[in-house]
Amino acid sequence: MSDLSYEALARFAQQGGTLYFGLLFFAGLIYALWPRHAEDFKRLAALPLEDSEDDHVPS
Amino acid sequence: MTQISIRQDEGAPLDAVLLYIFTGVGAFAALLAAAFTQDPLFRFHAYVFLAAFVMGAAGMTAGVAYGRFKPDPGRYSDGVIRAGVIATMFWAVVAMLVGVVIAAQLSWPNLLYFPEAGWLNFGRLRPLHTSGVIFAFGGNALIATSFWVVQRTCRARLAGGVAPWFVFWGYQLFIVLAATGYLAGITQSKEYAEPEWYVDLWLAVVWVAYLLVFLGTIWKRKEPHIYVANWFYLAFIITIAILHIVNNMALPVGLLNHRSYSVYAGVQDALVQWWYGHNAVGFFLTAGFLGMMYYFVPKRAERPVYSYRLSIVHFWSLIFIYIWAGPHHLHYTALPQWTQTLGATFSIMLWMPSWGGMINGLMTLSGAWDKLRTDPVIRMMVVALAFYGMSTFEGPLMSLREVNALSHYTDWTIGHVHSGALGWVGFISFGAVYCMVPWLWKKDRLYSNQLVEWHFWIATTGILLYIAAMWVSGIMEGLMWREYTPQGFLANSFVETVAAKHIENIIRTLGGLMYLSGAVIMSYNLWRTVRMPGHEAQPQGASSLPAFVAAE
Repeated sequence: MSDLSYEALARFAQQGGTLYFGLLFFAGLIYALWPRHAEDFKRLAALPLEDSEDDHVPS
Repeated sequence: MTQISIRQDEGAPLDAVLLYIFTGVGAFAALLAAAFTQDPLFRFHAYVFLAAFVMGAAGMTAGVAYGRFKPDPGRYSDGVIRAGVIATMFWAVVAMLVGVVIAAQLSWPNLLYFPEAGWLNFGRLRPLHTSGVIFAFGGNALIATSFWVVQRTCRARLAGGVAPWFVFWGYQLFIVLAATGYLAGITQSKEYAEPEWYVDLWLAVVWVAYLLVFLGTIWKRKEPHIYVANWFYLAFIITIAILHIVNNMALPVGLLNHRSYSVYAGVQDALVQWWYGHNAVGFFLTAGFLGMMYYFVPKRAERPVYSYRLSIVHFWSLIFIYIWAGPHHLHYTALPQWTQTLGATFSIMLWMPSWGGMINGLMTLSGAWDKLRTDPVIRMMVVALAFYGMSTFEGPLMSLREVNALSHYTDWTIGHVHSGALGWVGFISFGAVYCMVPWLWKKDRLYSNQLVEWHFWIATTGILLYIAAMWVSGIMEGLMWREYTPQGFLANSFVETVAAKHIENIIRTLGGLMYLSGAVIMSYNLWRTVRMPGHEAQPQGASSLPAFVAAE
């Protein structure tokens, strides 16, 4: 227990947290910028325009 | 003939039967609680529960008898959304009216103070207003629009049979319990989380049901991708569940007693509360309404989302950053200073993802800017985005310790909150409701575009009066509080700083009254829209008249 001081825990949380959130952000960025996704995104950007306002579920 | 068809429908689905049993058991439990408690306030709420469960059981009896719970997989469930829209507008008018009343109490304290009627006290009415606009108006708008958006963008009917109806009515019960509790003096004194432990438990049950309905609908979707609006709605639902449960951890004084004590104490309690409080802004009032924006703005503008890439990047950065911003509510307190700095730093970082959303929404209009002139509904949503951009610029500024030293505890904060709430949350919700009502009630158009124009201009002017008055009074009182005499004494007593704000308080009341008037005009317009004949040809002249017509 004694070797897990407040300072050590805080350092781990700060550095580990920075690394963790940095990596997650870059993963999201890579996914968003991946060239092959561009076509998908083009279709998805217009998704709300495709649906109809009536209450029939398209089959 | 009718008799025979009812008999054929008799096999009620299992989920309806289970909910039926639940209402019966709930009514019995509420009756026992009312009978055995020694606490008059708890008994009062036990009666509210009892009435709700009895009415629920009666409704279920009629519903099962007439075969109303038979699922129709070929149709979206829009009935619960229609109910949600009605509830949204009802609570909007009620909660904004309470806001005008308490603003008037601040303007004319001698006239509107009733010592013999405790429930009319500012302290009782103020949480009624805040919870009313945030949870009753905003929450119903979010639930109704999320049910619309998730069905349409997933091409799937809502999951869970009668569960969406349980979510709707359960949420209304939560609102009634919270509102009546505040008036009766039941509060756990946590801002925006005032309801006591048993109301919190009830909301947790309803909210988990909401999450399961939403997830279940996404699960059975026919569209392979989960559209970005659903990501925002899902982040809102999940995070609010976590925030609500963690912040409300408490030990009741007794199982038949309304009072409870938080499991947290001192600065930990404060930090958990503002972790909750700021993320109520971030996830309830921002992420959820961004979900609304990402469906209704492209839909109404008939333009695709400006950048789907940007929507992904700003979604992930928004939700990862918002969760850390809470400590900026606790500057110059017992909270360690590095934690205050952390909160301020993340608030500054939030500027970028917030503006990512604003830019994405505004730029969705590229190629359709002319609609700003012709369509007051899209104009309302664009002004909502402008207010979103403005208040998310002002927020990071106020989160800095040096600025906060002036702004904290003053009307500046009230003005900031209202530019976000009236401008962003209110206007984007009004826009979405204006879109949905003709769709839900199968009409070609709204009853009157002129009334939308009236709503737009009256409400926009009201917001501007409100926030301008609060900037002036906030900075003035902040400066008065820190003014010293040459001898080193404080120059102003507190009551002098209150008296100095009299005119600004009156202007604020007027601004709020104008915003309320807009909501009343809207309710009238929607009511007339619902009462119009169906899809048959309507004279379109009303929408192309150049001149305004009077609101009546």
